[in-house]
Amino acid sequence: MDLLGFTIILVKVLVVFAATMLGVLVMIYAERRVSAFMQDRVGPNRVGPKGVLQPIADGIKFLMKEDLVPEKVDKPIFILAPAILLIPALMTFAVIPFGSSINLFGREIALQVADVNVGVLYILALTSISVYGIVLAGWSSNNKYSLLGGLRSSAQLISYELAMGLAVVSIILLAGSLRLNDIITDQQGSFFSWNIFRQPLAFLIFLIAVYAETNRLPFDLSEAEQELVGGYHTEYSSMKFAMFFMAEYANMITAAALTVTLFFGGWDVPLLDEGSLGLFGTLLSVLSFLLKMAFFLFLFIWVRWTFPRFRYDQLMRLGWKVMLPLALFNIFLTAGYLTLKALG
Amino acid sequence: MSLSLLFYCVAAITIGSAVFVVLNRNAVYSAIALVLCFFSLAVIYLLLEAYVIAVLEIFIYAGAIMVLFLFVIMLLNLGKEDALPNLNYLQRATSLLLVLLFFVGIFIVMIGDQGLLHQPTEQFLAGGIYPLGEALFSKYLLPFEIASLLLLVALIGTVYLAKRKV
Amino acid sequence: MATIVKSYEPTFWDKLYLPALMRGLIVTFRHFFRKNVTIQYPDQKHIPPEGYRGLHRLNKYPEGRIKCVACEMCSAACPADCIHIIPGPSPWDGGKERYPVRFDIDLLRCIFCGFCEMACPEEAIELTEIYDFSDYTRDDLVIDKEGLLEVYDLTKDQNYYTKKNLSKASSVNTSIDT
Repeated sequence: MDLLGFTIILVKVLVVFAATMLGVLVMIYAERRVSAFMQDRVGPNRVGPKGVLQPIADGIKFLMKEDLVPEKVDKPIFILAPAILLIPALMTFAVIPFGSSINLFGREIALQVADVNVGVLYILALTSISVYGIVLAGWSSNNKYSLLGGLRSSAQLISYELAMGLAVVSIILLAGSLRLNDIITDQQGSFFSWNIFRQPLAFLIFLIAVYAETNRLPFDLSEAEQELVGGYHTEYSSMKFAMFFMAEYANMITAAALTVTLFFGGWDVPLLDEGSLGLFGTLLSVLSFLLKMAFFLFLFIWVRWTFPRFRYDQLMRLGWKVMLPLALFNIFLTAGYLTLKALG
Repeated sequence: MSLSLLFYCVAAITIGSAVFVVLNRNAVYSAIALVLCFFSLAVIYLLLEAYVIAVLEIFIYAGAIMVLFLFVIMLLNLGKEDALPNLNYLQRATSLLLVLLFFVGIFIVMIGDQGLLHQPTEQFLAGGIYPLGEALFSKYLLPFEIASLLLLVALIGTVYLAKRKV
Repeated sequence: MATIVKSYEPTFWDKLYLPALMRGLIVTFRHFFRKNVTIQYPDQKHIPPEGYRGLHRLNKYPEGRIKCVACEMCSAACPADCIHIIPGPSPWDGGKERYPVRFDIDLLRCIFCGFCEMACPEEAIELTEIYDFSDYTRDDLVIDKEGLLEVYDLTKDQNYYTKKNLSKASSVNTSIDT
């Protein structure tokens, strides 16, 4: 590989990493402000204009705090667990295309860190890895609340991963590829070629599963404050706690990006050929991607302050008895449709 | 050159973590080492350009099966030594024999005819999902279905055993 | 008489829960644009309603004489036992012979029940709308006669927290207690 190509990849990695971290900061601020507005409050408004510097103040506070490691914890795993959670959360974004390709330095550069031909599987695999962070954090804390939180979340994630994967399968069937770029290309064209219109049921299942996968309300049983203190991160403090926090928001950002990519045409601007507009088209595509993502991130917060938490048995019933059969039914329908179409 | 260096590093990690799994007395640490082992195996698959297999290795083994293992270990709350059964001499001898047999098998393959090994066909080298699907649903359909039947039997058996206690 | 309560049978549409979820989302979305109820305390101050029971004051006659005759009805009525009065012969001429030489209220003991107000035959002690009078030591929170009379001057004409007074309020406030 030549030097220029290597530099381009490096720049892309850095940009995506920085953008994700920036997104985390924005999300921390947005979460607090939006939730305040939904409760007729004001929210943080003191640090900087309208309180926009609040996440930075929070970050400094986290850094300054004493990093407490309780005596009876399993030390190596206790220290490792936040990293195990954060790293997959940051890695996932690597395969998501965030804009149409641009021409720079005489070569075509895809706005995507890595164009993996098993992109969807890569994302599913990494999200399944992040369970370890939660489970190990819960176990190593040597605290009954942490352990309960960890066990709950592992069971929850395994249950909903199935429904999520099966919902994605119907998308893969339509696109005929596991590569995210192919899935976006498949959705290009008119407004109604987006997968949400072609696969509404899959979208619904996917959306619900995504909330369970990111441990967000109404599925935040692993950190149910009222019954489990803080859940798996009860014993954590300082930067280690901040890492759990960052991982949660990074996961949300990736989940929103994935939802957009799979069901809302990714960076596709409806009724427009981005390629023909050159650099402007690329900017437009990135903008459209960010806008769609912002909507889903807002939806995360919106849903959080609207729906009450599920009870554990309700959660399991919904996952196994409703979502899984529905997802299978949807695959059956999609496959049947495709077979009929192939037969003519 | 650099790729083969990577291979040796990853292979060392694989073997090291696998040995750690067996020798470690703490069940949770063993489980984590096994996950690490799966990861390095996935890297080896990547080096073989078998992308689908690599990702599936992580997705299914590390992401689903080992989580369930960890789940069970934590629920049982095994002490450090509880998990280890006491073996008598006959059992020890048998396991030693099997290990020796395994190494002899590998040795024979290594010095012997390379044709004994599965040769990668053109389509498998592409690393796509299509050849895998095609192989599973045509040439290997029977073993595939038998495996699923086996899992179903295990499932029904579990439900039966669990129900009886209620 | 027994009434027959028809049990609620959810329809298929209800069992989908989706319309209900959408309605819930709309409710929270409306709140998003609603006016905030927050009062940004040190900058804005809550104006208590009429009859609020806050810091005490001792009333004066228009000519400046204290209304209190040190009958100690208030301290007798006080359930928290926080009013301490040392009575003495009044230095003024006419009518009322007693007046309080000392009149201390321990604000940390006071429960702001307003019984002193009701017990007072001279309408001399009253509770005002002032609610922010925190301080750093226990001694500073024992308010004496001079302090109580000063509170009267602050609150006799208008509400302590109305806008006109606000700029003054923070500066005078500390002087009440010290």
